[in-house]
Amino acid sequence: MTDTDRGTQRDRDSAFSLFTQQSLPACKPVLTPEWVIMTFLFIGFIFIPVGLVTLRASHSVVEIVERYDIGCVPEPFRIDKVSYIQDDSIPKNCSLSFKVPKYMKAPIYIYYQLENYYQNHRRYVKSRSDKQLLHGQNEHGISSCQPVEVNNDRPIIPCGLIAWSLFNDTFTFIRNRAELKVNRKNIAWKSDREHKFGKNVYPFNFQNGTLIGGGKLNPTIPLSDQEDLIVWMRTSALPSFRKLYGRIEKDLDVDDVVVVHLMNNYNTYSFGGKKKLVLSTTSWLGGKNDFLGLAYVFIGSSSVTIAVVFTLLHLLSPRH
Amino acid sequence: MGAVQLWSLITPVNPASTWGPLIFIFAVSASKEAWDDYNRYLSDKKANEKLVWVVRQGIRKQIQAQDIHVGNIVWLRENDEVPCDLVLIGTSDPQGLCYVETAALDGETDLKTRGVIECPNPDKDITRFDANLRLFPPFIDNDVCPLTIKNTILQSCYLRNTEWACGVALGMSRGIPEPKLTAMDAMIDKLTGAIFVFQIVVVMVLGIAGNVWKDTEARKQWYVQYPIEGPWYELLVIPLRFELLCSIMIPISIKVSLDLVKSLYAKFIDWDAEMIDYETGIPSHATNTAISEDLGQVEYIMTDKTGTLTENRMIFRRCCISGVFYGNESGDALKDTKLLNAVAGGSPDVVQFLTVMAICNTVVPIKSKTGAISYKAQSQDEDALVNAAAQLHMVYANKNANILEIRFNGSVIKYEVLEILEFTSDRKRMSVVVKDCQTGKIVLLSKGADEAILPYAFVGQQTRTFIEAVEQYAQLGLRTLCLAFRELREDEYQEWSLMFKEASSTLVDREWRIAEVCQRLEHDFEVLGVTAIEDRLQDGVPETIETLRKAGINFWMLTGDKQNTAIQIALSCNFISPEPKGQLLLIDGKTEDEVCRSLERVLLTMRITSSEPKDVAFVVDGWALEIALKHYRKAFTELAILSRTAICCRVTPSQKAQLVELLKSCDYRTLAIGDGGNDVRMIQQADIGVGISGREGLQAARAADYSIGSVSGTSLFNSASESEYICWMAIVVFVITIHAYAYEKSEMEELSMVALSGCIWLQAFVVALETNSFTILQHLAIWGNLVAFYVINWIFSAIPASGMYTIMFRLCRQPSYWITMSLIVAAGMGPVLALKYFRYTYRPSKINTLQQAERMGGPILTLGNIEPHPRPMEKEVVSPLQISQPKNRNPVYEPLLSDSPNSSRRSLGSGAPFDFFQSQSRLSSSYSRNCKDN
Repeated sequence: MTDTDRGTQRDRDSAFSLFTQQSLPACKPVLTPEWVIMTFLFIGFIFIPVGLVTLRASHSVVEIVERYDIGCVPEPFRIDKVSYIQDDSIPKNCSLSFKVPKYMKAPIYIYYQLENYYQNHRRYVKSRSDKQLLHGQNEHGISSCQPVEVNNDRPIIPCGLIAWSLFNDTFTFIRNRAELKVNRKNIAWKSDREHKFGKNVYPFNFQNGTLIGGGKLNPTIPLSDQEDLIVWMRTSALPSFRKLYGRIEKDLDVDDVVVVHLMNNYNTYSFGGKKKLVLSTTSWLGGKNDFLGLAYVFIGSSSVTIAVVFTLLHLLSPRH
Repeated sequence: MGAVQLWSLITPVNPASTWGPLIFIFAVSASKEAWDDYNRYLSDKKANEKLVWVVRQGIRKQIQAQDIHVGNIVWLRENDEVPCDLVLIGTSDPQGLCYVETAALDGETDLKTRGVIECPNPDKDITRFDANLRLFPPFIDNDVCPLTIKNTILQSCYLRNTEWACGVALGMSRGIPEPKLTAMDAMIDKLTGAIFVFQIVVVMVLGIAGNVWKDTEARKQWYVQYPIEGPWYELLVIPLRFELLCSIMIPISIKVSLDLVKSLYAKFIDWDAEMIDYETGIPSHATNTAISEDLGQVEYIMTDKTGTLTENRMIFRRCCISGVFYGNESGDALKDTKLLNAVAGGSPDVVQFLTVMAICNTVVPIKSKTGAISYKAQSQDEDALVNAAAQLHMVYANKNANILEIRFNGSVIKYEVLEILEFTSDRKRMSVVVKDCQTGKIVLLSKGADEAILPYAFVGQQTRTFIEAVEQYAQLGLRTLCLAFRELREDEYQEWSLMFKEASSTLVDREWRIAEVCQRLEHDFEVLGVTAIEDRLQDGVPETIETLRKAGINFWMLTGDKQNTAIQIALSCNFISPEPKGQLLLIDGKTEDEVCRSLERVLLTMRITSSEPKDVAFVVDGWALEIALKHYRKAFTELAILSRTAICCRVTPSQKAQLVELLKSCDYRTLAIGDGGNDVRMIQQADIGVGISGREGLQAARAADYSIGSVSGTSLFNSASESEYICWMAIVVFVITIHAYAYEKSEMEELSMVALSGCIWLQAFVVALETNSFTILQHLAIWGNLVAFYVINWIFSAIPASGMYTIMFRLCRQPSYWITMSLIVAAGMGPVLALKYFRYTYRPSKINTLQQAERMGGPILTLGNIEPHPRPMEKEVVSPLQISQPKNRNPVYEPLLSDSPNSSRRSLGSGAPFDFFQSQSRLSSSYSRNCKDN
């Protein structure tokens, strides 16, 4: 063997040479019937049980949904709900009651649900200033807040459409004549409270304009503690969404009657949005959502079907 | 597009997301182009700045090659490369000859003689001049001096064995071949156009819908605070936004990434150690980096025979002297002790035979300083014979003007060459008339094809054994030559010599006259024997052809050889199958009518048999081809489409190119392989040209192998066309995400991250499914991509200032996230896998079949390793008809088209079912394709 031979031999072993010679060890899967059928069977046998477990989790969640946007408008005003909601002189309190269908274990989450509400509208989503929310007074960083950035030549804190349209219905819960305590702390993400909303930033010049959007903020509480605002400002990607209002840290028994006193302040009437109150327990999977479970069962069973069909095809006509 | 994006009112995304990739892409493609240009510049510069000697006003000057002008007198020394085409006007040789090596041009390593153009005085001496030079264009100087190729030396030849030569520079005629655009480029262009139109439609529809929605719904949404009176361009805003969103539909990067991939492919060809010619050490080189992926789409391969399929290195194998066969046992006459003994014993027949072998030729022996003798022959056959004679101790030692020197068993014999009766294709023989310097006897020595020698044997000689020998050798695929001699009387020669001189200087029909005169001498031969020369096939040729044909690639052999040789070679390299599995259809005829009839007959047969599992090939010679192409182009095109195999013999270079053009006009991808100068036009014409450098051509097989390997590369672009999958997956991701993350979980950042991860997961699996072979690199790319996605997002989730702060951590903690991911993958991939499998199994494509064949062939790691039906059936169909295969070159002979439908049904994994399908689909598609041509 000559020197060059040995040289090439050595080269051949190096990784780069394997690459350049396209002789890297390769695995060439071929779609053999066995392989494909086994794959589908495998998917089926994994997905059906997982789907059933998921469904079970979803079913273990107890959920009460009460729509109140229409019911809370007194009968005489129902023809023109918009003018009712815009008229400050009319009191907006309202109450509804419901029976607990199943035992609900604490913590019970209280959500308000809005439908046909486009928090994902481009104009809306962009209208905020993260810088201002964290650092406060900043004359320059608020141009993104259009069209709600200044009022009377002074910047608004928090600026922008999102903050301006803050949801401001309030709920109090009464069971057996005694008020159910609602914990409204820690409803926003911890990361938001600590890193996105400033501890030293206080609301300023907020909702002082001619056009008043949604709720007002207590100017003595820093933004990092305005949890309703923080929750609201986590915009939703879909037009129907729920936002956490608080938690009831007591169990509710079957047939408990819960009375809710609410202030129906928020205007969804002009665009036909719905407002709902939701009480829900959780499972390891989150709230009540049958979709995942059903989809899993569906995919699993269709995989098994496909596997069976392919097996039959393979046995009946092993390739013409 | 990017400019619009900078307008913050309408931009849907961060401008950096468009500008970043755009700048990167431009940077990458620009630097690649720059690098290519730079390399081209360097090589141009090297060629242009080479120093050459030029004679100007009687003084030799050294100038750069690029400064040579037409008409300059260039002076060359021995072993110089010829810088441009030259007309010789003087050499160091007193006879005005010089030797050039044209290996760089046509791969023929023998030295060619080139004569100085003699143009003493046109008025007086024109006849003699004309008599010496055959007329051949181009003419210069008002055609006073007809030039032939014999007077010119072409660029990039080398001057050998001549001290100096000088010549007048002709134009640097070789043009730049037009750039070859690949099918892919064309497709991308078309696709881009289509996407653009589609995009405009989408933008219009969505833009109008958006505006309508805005005016009816969004204005009611007080929280959005739409201004009542917008600016004048308000109506444009929404369509423009959609336009920006859709702009990613036009893949800006695809061309650039394809370019990169292509040059990587080309680099792979360069790097491939398998494609290095072991003898000369020349690695392969991909000159055009842009067309590598077309290699995978080749449908027709046009190949030259000599030097491409065969090594063009003749080896003397067997002989038959006076009825005795030598070399039959060992397969090599040179090692046959019987023959060696006969030579040592000085048997007169054998000695005479060897003498003819040694001197009946135009070979020039060259003595090197060490004393070793090497031969420069114009024909490889002569080379083989002279070398074989030398090994049998009949050494052709020297040639000094007309005196030949031969050493045999220690004694030196001298011959004077009196006349050389050159080989022409009509006469099919060549002869020399020599005078033995010792005895003064004049002898005519001849060698030639059997039909040109045996009938002219002297009355009474038994030629039966020779005929048998010829037949036997031909069946083995050997080239045969018959050797003969006749003693001439002095007066007979003198008389004939005058006639020959006269004939040689006639102007009209000179060739014919010479032939006639030669005929007068070449008769009453005493036939000495038959030689058999093997024109060895390149290593791996039959196997390569077999594999390529299994992949559905059609093979055409275009050769200048005669029909019998061509068919013989075709048989021995699996090109065509022997009867009765294969059928050869002959198109011949001398007149238009004959050709027409024969063409129609062949076409008819072809139409009938194309549905049968039979291997039909047609054979056409140059003359019939000329007529067919001229007058019956349509019929011939149909034939060309129907036929998987064709042999075209006796074709000229321009006909080769015409054939390639014909196939190209039917929208087939063609690849042309060749080594000689006669293939250059064909190579330039074809979509892909493969040139073989030097005489050696291991590369032919290797280069062909390469194209198989790269078939898998095409899946890259297949996936581009699988938009229906993508559409399906988009729906899957969308539906699952919005349902799984409804209500309380519908926070915007989370939801978008879920959708994005869904896409990434699906993309990984789609690529994995489309990848045909997994190497460590593929795994790295596919799964590394997935891992990188998570790593990058974790990093972003850890930065408080980023919008995605904590999002990924939150998601990764949720079981519902992972459940959603696996749901997306299963729902997205399941139907695709099912569909792919269905297509693969019941409607396989070329790649799949090849893949399977590949899997069957080698010890390749496989995933699903169970092959239900091994191939026992095929062994049975192996034809016992391989008589014409000299050695069993292809031990695992698999029929392309099985005879019994039963066997093909059960022989899973062979090419059979596919070929069957293929032939039918070709039928149906051929007509539609053909329309273009009509």
